[in-house]
Amino acid sequence: MNSSSLSKHKEIRLYLPKHFTKVLMICIVLLGVCVIASLVLGSRLVRFQELMDGLFHPDIDSYGANIVRKRISRTVFTLFCGAALGVAGSLMQAVTRNPIADPSILGVNTGASLFVVCGIAFLNISTAGQYIWLALAGAAITAVFVFGIGSMGRGGATPIKLVLAGAATSAALSSLVTAIMIPRSYAMDQFRFWQVGSVGSANWNAIVTFIPFLAVGILIALITAPALNALALGDEAATGLGVRTGVLRLVAAAGGIFLCGATTALAGPIGFIGLLSTHVVRLILGPDLRLVIPMSAISGAIILTLSDVCGRLLGNPGELEVGVVTAFVGAPILIILAMRAKVRSL
Amino acid sequence: MRNQSIEFIMAGRRKRRRRWSLVTGLLVMLLVILCCAMLLLGNTIYPIQDVVRALSGESIKGVSFAVNTIRLPRMLAGLFAGFAFGIAGHTFQTMLRNPLANPNVIGITSGSSAAAVFCITVLHANGAVVSAASVLAGLATVTVIYFLSRGRVFSIGRLILIGIGLQAMLDAVISYLLLVGAQQDIPAAIRWLTGSLNGSQLDELPPLMIAVMVLTPVVVVLGKHLDLLELGEQAASSLGVHTDKTRVALILSSVGMIAMATATTGPIAFVAFLSGPIAKRLVGAGFSNAIPAGLVGVNLVLGADLIGQFAFETRFPVGVITGILGAPYLVFLLIRMNRRGSL
Amino acid sequence: MMKPTHTFKTEAAVAGYDHKTVIQGVSLVIPNNKISVIIGANGCGKSTLLKAMARLIKPTSGEITLDGKPVNKIPPKQLARVLGLLPQSPIVPEGISVADLVGRGRFPHQSWLSGWRKQDYEAVAEAMEIMDITELANHHIDELSGGQRQRVWIAMALAQQTDILLLDEPTTFLDITYQVEILDLLTDLNRKRGTTIVMVLHDINLSARYADHIFALHEGKLIVEGEPSEVITSERVNQIFGLNCTVIKDPVSGSPFVVPRGRYHVQQEATS
Repeated sequence: MNSSSLSKHKEIRLYLPKHFTKVLMICIVLLGVCVIASLVLGSRLVRFQELMDGLFHPDIDSYGANIVRKRISRTVFTLFCGAALGVAGSLMQAVTRNPIADPSILGVNTGASLFVVCGIAFLNISTAGQYIWLALAGAAITAVFVFGIGSMGRGGATPIKLVLAGAATSAALSSLVTAIMIPRSYAMDQFRFWQVGSVGSANWNAIVTFIPFLAVGILIALITAPALNALALGDEAATGLGVRTGVLRLVAAAGGIFLCGATTALAGPIGFIGLLSTHVVRLILGPDLRLVIPMSAISGAIILTLSDVCGRLLGNPGELEVGVVTAFVGAPILIILAMRAKVRSL
Repeated sequence: MRNQSIEFIMAGRRKRRRRWSLVTGLLVMLLVILCCAMLLLGNTIYPIQDVVRALSGESIKGVSFAVNTIRLPRMLAGLFAGFAFGIAGHTFQTMLRNPLANPNVIGITSGSSAAAVFCITVLHANGAVVSAASVLAGLATVTVIYFLSRGRVFSIGRLILIGIGLQAMLDAVISYLLLVGAQQDIPAAIRWLTGSLNGSQLDELPPLMIAVMVLTPVVVVLGKHLDLLELGEQAASSLGVHTDKTRVALILSSVGMIAMATATTGPIAFVAFLSGPIAKRLVGAGFSNAIPAGLVGVNLVLGADLIGQFAFETRFPVGVITGILGAPYLVFLLIRMNRRGSL
Repeated sequence: MMKPTHTFKTEAAVAGYDHKTVIQGVSLVIPNNKISVIIGANGCGKSTLLKAMARLIKPTSGEITLDGKPVNKIPPKQLARVLGLLPQSPIVPEGISVADLVGRGRFPHQSWLSGWRKQDYEAVAEAMEIMDITELANHHIDELSGGQRQRVWIAMALAQQTDILLLDEPTTFLDITYQVEILDLLTDLNRKRGTTIVMVLHDINLSARYADHIFALHEGKLIVEGEPSEVITSERVNQIFGLNCTVIKDPVSGSPFVVPRGRYHVQQEATS
């Protein structure tokens, strides 16, 4: 009897909000629009014929068609990065049970940057496959450090403590990044290409490197989602429901760091996507992580692609780093969350 | 009995006063030494008498240019900006009763910086326009943060979170402006995002100097009121402080100084944040820390700039050095505040 | 010593926060040179009334006057020389010494730039003697216990040398020993200097013992006032707190003593 009641607990039916289908349709349409915009818009506007040529006629070798082909890899890459960051944000918020956990706010992006810079400057590293491991190490170490500082003292890791620990760490690390770069012009060029080029530097190589990380991260997220739902009720309640909270935290956090570390390694530091996409999804669909995780992948992809297009249009004839755009559109979410929060929960 | 206790209290206060004077004196001495070092050191080290003669207006080949056009403006910019950051940072920290609530962390310097960049790269303005815009932007940032964080119940935590969010947005704006203004070279970016004394010019300095000289007395005179505000709104008010007026006056003068400094050197990382706590450490509480905090700010900026210029093979801008030095202290402070449970 | 006399009263005062009116027309006259205690259930507006009297909140209508002048019209420093307030939870600044903190109470007597003069030292020393904290003068406030801290705060209010002193729950968060000690010290002050004391207290029995005069509030209105023996009766307490109780005579002080009656542990003979 005992075991049957337990298994019942585990199979709580996935409740789909009534408007779920509508939301999903809208998301897919939006995604399509973003993809087309990303292919067409930019420093050079592509005509319809050129778009068709680039997409479906590999033998036609016109200037416009080549631009489209370049933009295809970029678009795919952007979609992947956005999805990865969206899921990473959801995972981190669930693991820390903290509404403002986002790779950029926790300083994880800067940690990854520092390691990549050190790799470029001291170890002569130059390929994506090598960046990725360094970035992962940097992301993991920084995440543990920031969360460690933030959760000291009374009340555990409150949003305000986490933000401040993250801001302090970011500031220190970015000063170090600058200090390492200034004397090394070669490293600086390479690093700036890495940092500024962001999603623009994408090629199929990077995408292939990225796919395994994305797959593993998203898989972890989907598998842990039901248990993370239980964790949302608090450690004690989750333990009572039969969740091993320690293992769960470790696995889910590893998934989050995998996703954002890999993204940072290949696309440079991009902030606030996790925060923005997760909160938008939660606002519309409620807090069930089994819905939030896949949907924040989609919304993350939409937001990042849109930001990238905006960056291209705003920076014309050059390009505005996508990270700059996402900071501008994502930071208000932090402000809104702070405004709505109850004083005690800060 | 009464006289005994008076004597006892007086003795304690004399001791604290002596410490205040001693520390302030030492800070001034260090400041003078650092100022001299800023003038004497450089690619070429000229004899002292040449430097003095060049400063007094004599034209000596090579020396005059190096000292009067490069080293003196650099020294003065560091001196006044450091003082402004130090004293204004201290004012904010004391007023909001939280060392983290300072212009660096909550985005006021970023606001001023963004305005300065906008004027310079987009409007191609300089001088008075840049200064005015920085001050207005600084005040606007304060106002926005204040209104957003008011909520039903005012909380410092909310204010800091909102400030950090605003700072992220403003830094994004700066990056964008630098790109649009086709100034996206590293030195410009570093100057406007972390602060640098490179390329300071004598004719850019007067607004900052005037602001510091006019507004410092205001802050010092209001020091006693500020000490009472530290006890909380109700206590201060029941002791006869016009809390609202005092706060407005203090915010206006601090932001005025900070904005001028930022328009001149960029937001030199962490100086506004570090000076107050360091001064308090050195001086102790009991007497107004405004002046010591300003002096600590100067010493930090000049010291870090000397380190950045001469300690390594490559020259580092001052903001990079203060950033690296300051962040561990921020982490330390966070840990300590967490332990005390005062966050 | 001449005892100071003031007329401090509220006339149909209405006050509150933002859109919520808490005090709904309270008229009272504070008795001179006496200890008055404001009592009432949580949320009845005790603290709000005290804050309005210290002009921390402005009454939306009605008046609060000191010697015939509305408190909001008196220049703050001038008012602060006559009327002092100890807030419920003052903020402890880090690293400051006890003497310096007590000295901050001298602000209304000092000019803008002056340091401490002879009378400032006198006042601080006297306040610290009354509160028995002289030997702590050069300690840091962070090193003190809760009871000692509270004495330092009261000393600060004493150094202000006001004829009227308002205290918002001065004994909250203190052990019973310290509560009695603080109330004894305040009584000393009242007897020696003739300081008029108005305070909000939570403990009804301590209020009954230490008060010369009690104001009882209920839902923002003054429902009864007078000497403890008049106010603290079982019907009145029921009216003020909604508490069913028996009032007996305090065996120590002879003042009324409230013994609450719940639904359990009630002996039959006591129900009569």
